[in-house]
Amino acid sequence: MSDTPERPIVHVDRISKHFGEGETRVDALRDVSLSVYPGQVVALLGPSGSGKTTLLNVIGCILDPSSGSMELDGEPVIENGQWLRSNLRRLRLDKIGFIFQFHNLIPFLDATDNVALVLQLTGADAVAARTRALELLDYLEVGHRRSAMPAKLSGGEAQRVAIARALANKPRIILADEPTAALDSRRAGIVMDLLRKVAVEQEAAIIAVTHDEKIFDRFDRIFSLRDGRLDGGEDVTG
Amino acid sequence: MNLAYRDIRHGLGRFLLTCVGLGLLLGVVLAMIGIYRGLVVDALTIARAPAVDLWVVEANTRGPFAEASRIPGDIREAVARIADVTAAGSITYQTVETEHGGGKLRLYVIGYELTRPGGPPQIAEGREIARSHYEMVADKSSGLTLGDRIRLGRHVFTVVGLTRHQVNSGGDPAVYITLPDAQKLQFDLAPPAARVQLARGTGGSSRDTVNAVVARLHANASPDAVAETVHRWKHLSAITQEAQELILTRSLVDRARRQIGLFTSLLLVVSAVIIALIIYTMTMEKLKQIATLKLIGAPDRTIIGMIVQQALALGFIGFAIGATLIFNIKDYFPRRVVLEPDNVMILGLIVFVVCLLSSGLGVRAALRVDPATALGG
Repeated sequence: MSDTPERPIVHVDRISKHFGEGETRVDALRDVSLSVYPGQVVALLGPSGSGKTTLLNVIGCILDPSSGSMELDGEPVIENGQWLRSNLRRLRLDKIGFIFQFHNLIPFLDATDNVALVLQLTGADAVAARTRALELLDYLEVGHRRSAMPAKLSGGEAQRVAIARALANKPRIILADEPTAALDSRRAGIVMDLLRKVAVEQEAAIIAVTHDEKIFDRFDRIFSLRDGRLDGGEDVTG
Repeated sequence: MNLAYRDIRHGLGRFLLTCVGLGLLLGVVLAMIGIYRGLVVDALTIARAPAVDLWVVEANTRGPFAEASRIPGDIREAVARIADVTAAGSITYQTVETEHGGGKLRLYVIGYELTRPGGPPQIAEGREIARSHYEMVADKSSGLTLGDRIRLGRHVFTVVGLTRHQVNSGGDPAVYITLPDAQKLQFDLAPPAARVQLARGTGGSSRDTVNAVVARLHANASPDAVAETVHRWKHLSAITQEAQELILTRSLVDRARRQIGLFTSLLLVVSAVIIALIIYTMTMEKLKQIATLKLIGAPDRTIIGMIVQQALALGFIGFAIGATLIFNIKDYFPRRVVLEPDNVMILGLIVFVVCLLSSGLGVRAALRVDPATALGG
């Protein structure tokens, strides 16, 4: 990324999150601010318990923050720790794609239906959903496994199907939780190349939690979290 | 995309095996309901067989089924002369154990007057008794066939006709013989001392004794009014058909009926608990998938629909298997199994409600799943 667009897709402003009160209070996030722009692929690093997953959950609209504000794709969604929208499910469906460490494909649906499901949830008819799903599988070079059940897919294939599912609704934000942890170096590299391709072609922002040092060079920026605090973000694009 | 169907299809063998298990359980429940109904129907069969309106029995008894009743045979003529009585017949009942085909055979012997009320209601095979002595009409459940010869007391009887479903409240098959034969059978079975007494002419009791006199009334006659007339004869009681059936169901088979009813209720409760556990377990196994579905934006109705549809499919298929099984094997039960459409429908409705309530447990668990649990491996 040489030029940074003016308007971030994800803009987190002084978000804090604590669990418990008094002596049992744990500050998982402390005044975290973060902006991710279209086409950027950023990493969240940090030791266990540093607040990476908490931050991902807040950005993914599945965890209430204690304070702070957030905008997603230009739309304010949190202000002073309060959600501005009641239907967060719809917000996730429309704007956010999720990629998991262990792909989390629905085991009773084949590769195509795992992708088509997300489209059908938005109201797309079955034929259109399947057509788009097949396009995505082909795009991610796993189209030849379209009828395979998840249990029959290799780790790399399953993760590519999971990426196809995350892309199904053309989300502007993709949140990835250890997307390459279950893959070897070669497959991890392929997955990261795919994510970068998606970020650039779809002008999406990708935020990945990772410990995988072998893919650090694939990120535009790397943010480190420690005890709930985020550093300014290291630009690794050179 | 129907997630419930896809999930079932993915684990079809396991799902069907669960359905078969549930089907067997529901089959047992249906069988118990059938046995329960069969007990009541059996108890009423013999009382309904003569198709009469009034039972005249010994005074202060609730005979001839619930209590012993002995009245003189000539009472029939007196009853027949009462206004509104169109026909009357003397009748005897006794249980006899004899031998047939190398084994013991318990029979409920009914003695009746040919051409008068009290005979077999319908002949399924063969003919009615035509001769005055030593012919019998037997129920098919006895295992007897046309032409079989069987010893009752000192005489051998020939089976000339067969009935269907004529058994007493204990399940013993009924056989019909002529009243004189039945009276002689009772005399022959009396203790030797009584026979000696009778032979010496000092027995004091006549062989012309019957257990009851049954009477048919005019269509517009009141059985209670005729019963009142009989009551005026101090040595007799009269029981209407309705009262007789009440005695049979409330008194004679009441304890057995309640026993089976209680057992059936327990089985229903056990079935409900098992259905609830199966559905709850099926849901708990899918919590990770449910969390993923919620995370990617699936509405609650999609998840609820999946659980409820699976629960109902399980109940429906299990119930169909159970009902099919019992309808095919019910005739092989030693006692009669009576399954009326309303019994089956009510159980079906109960299974439907139980499945709905049970799926509520699963739905509750599913809705409480935090979508964040899909993250973090």
